[in-house]
Amino acid sequence: MEHYSMNLTLKVWRQKSHENKGRFETYDVKDISSEMSFLEMFDVLNERLIHEGKDPIAFDHDCREGICGSCSMYVDGRAHGPWQNNTVCQLHMRAYKEGDTIVVEPWRSTVFPVIKDLVVDRKAFDRIIQAGGFISVNTGNAVDANSLPVDRAKSEEAFNAAACIGCGACVAACPNGSAMLFVSAKVSQLALLPQGDPERNSRVLNMVGQMDKEGFGNCGNIYNCEAECPKGISVENIARMNREYLGASLSSEI
Amino acid sequence: MTWKQLFTSSIGKKILMGLTGFFLMIYLIVHASINSMIFYNDNGATFNNVAHFMLHNYFVRFLEIGLFAVFVLHIIQGLILWTQNRAARKTGYLKQNYPREIKWYSRYMGWLGTFVLLFLVMHLYHFWASTKHELYFNGPVIDLYHEMKNIFTNPLWFILYLVGLVSLLFHLLHGFQSAFQTFGINHRRWTPIVKGIGIFYSIAICILFAMMPVAFMAGWLQ
Repeated sequence: MEHYSMNLTLKVWRQKSHENKGRFETYDVKDISSEMSFLEMFDVLNERLIHEGKDPIAFDHDCREGICGSCSMYVDGRAHGPWQNNTVCQLHMRAYKEGDTIVVEPWRSTVFPVIKDLVVDRKAFDRIIQAGGFISVNTGNAVDANSLPVDRAKSEEAFNAAACIGCGACVAACPNGSAMLFVSAKVSQLALLPQGDPERNSRVLNMVGQMDKEGFGNCGNIYNCEAECPKGISVENIARMNREYLGASLSSEI
Repeated sequence: MTWKQLFTSSIGKKILMGLTGFFLMIYLIVHASINSMIFYNDNGATFNNVAHFMLHNYFVRFLEIGLFAVFVLHIIQGLILWTQNRAARKTGYLKQNYPREIKWYSRYMGWLGTFVLLFLVMHLYHFWASTKHELYFNGPVIDLYHEMKNIFTNPLWFILYLVGLVSLLFHLLHGFQSAFQTFGINHRRWTPIVKGIGIFYSIAICILFAMMPVAFMAGWLQ
């Protein structure tokens, strides 16, 4: 692809802290290479802001390889920007052309309060995992890998669910601010495998319980989560979690 | 896990929404079938007979209480879900784009439901209140067929009924297939069939209902 440079206008959400009120600020960025990533474009802008003695724009990032789930920008009305199955760190500037205006906002959810600018607090996800997103295994000798038979199709499905990087795009993109896609992926990856089976009932009850306690919205089966998920997690997982939850709550003795 | 915990959880609320929605969808079939008696075009003789039977049958009156209860439950649940969902995002996005595969009506179920509710209030005022006045307060005996004719040939009511039915159509288009997902039924081979049946059901019911005001307005019925 032909390399080119462009000048852009950015409208970025700036907010000092959770307590402060935020507002949009407009920045003109010049000579942006089409080969830069979206975050590198922010690096260039931040270099300039620091040079000018201004506060650089805070944003989350870590691996910049699309696998850690840190980056969390709502770009031009889409979670992680316009490309499908993609994180914003893997969004490249060739998606834009000379003179474009790009609106950049943080994930908007009451459960994910803004820490600063584009950085939001996603600890609610950690608390949901702590409520049941694990298997209890006694320590000791490593068991032979093939001692438990696993259905090939199920292991593939579990692996697809386990691709979730917990970035929170599903919550950000959901018109209802629901976390069902995330929680259902985490429930599914364990419920599908024999190792996760003994705790499947308590797991789904506890994780959904924690999800509700955090104050996420309710799923309306709109499926924007699936459309915006950088890892292509399917809403079939949500149906599975609904089944697991109904079964577990109807059969629970207490 | 108590029953209260189940039905106040987010998934439980959705399941209740789906179950009550399904009950109401079955009721719509009964309602549309009975009203279709007007198409005998016998100056309402058959239709008025059935209407009289329905009005004076105590078992039907008893079932009506259940029907109202389900309606109220569906509406209250809807309001609770709506409030909770709004609270989950207090600051909205400046710019929000949805990919093409996202159906607009799935995002506006609350608004569509509100339109259907407003329509329902008008509808109950037109056809429910007068018959109950007859039954319980010795009011004048209602010739329901001609009452229908009067209302459906009034241009204002005619348009409002059609607008109400369009809201119902989109509410059903999302509601039918969405309920299956909520009950945990999402299958690569079965879901396309479920969706097909849902589209057929929603369009068929709404066209059947819409044919009633249209038939009176166009003068196809005596």
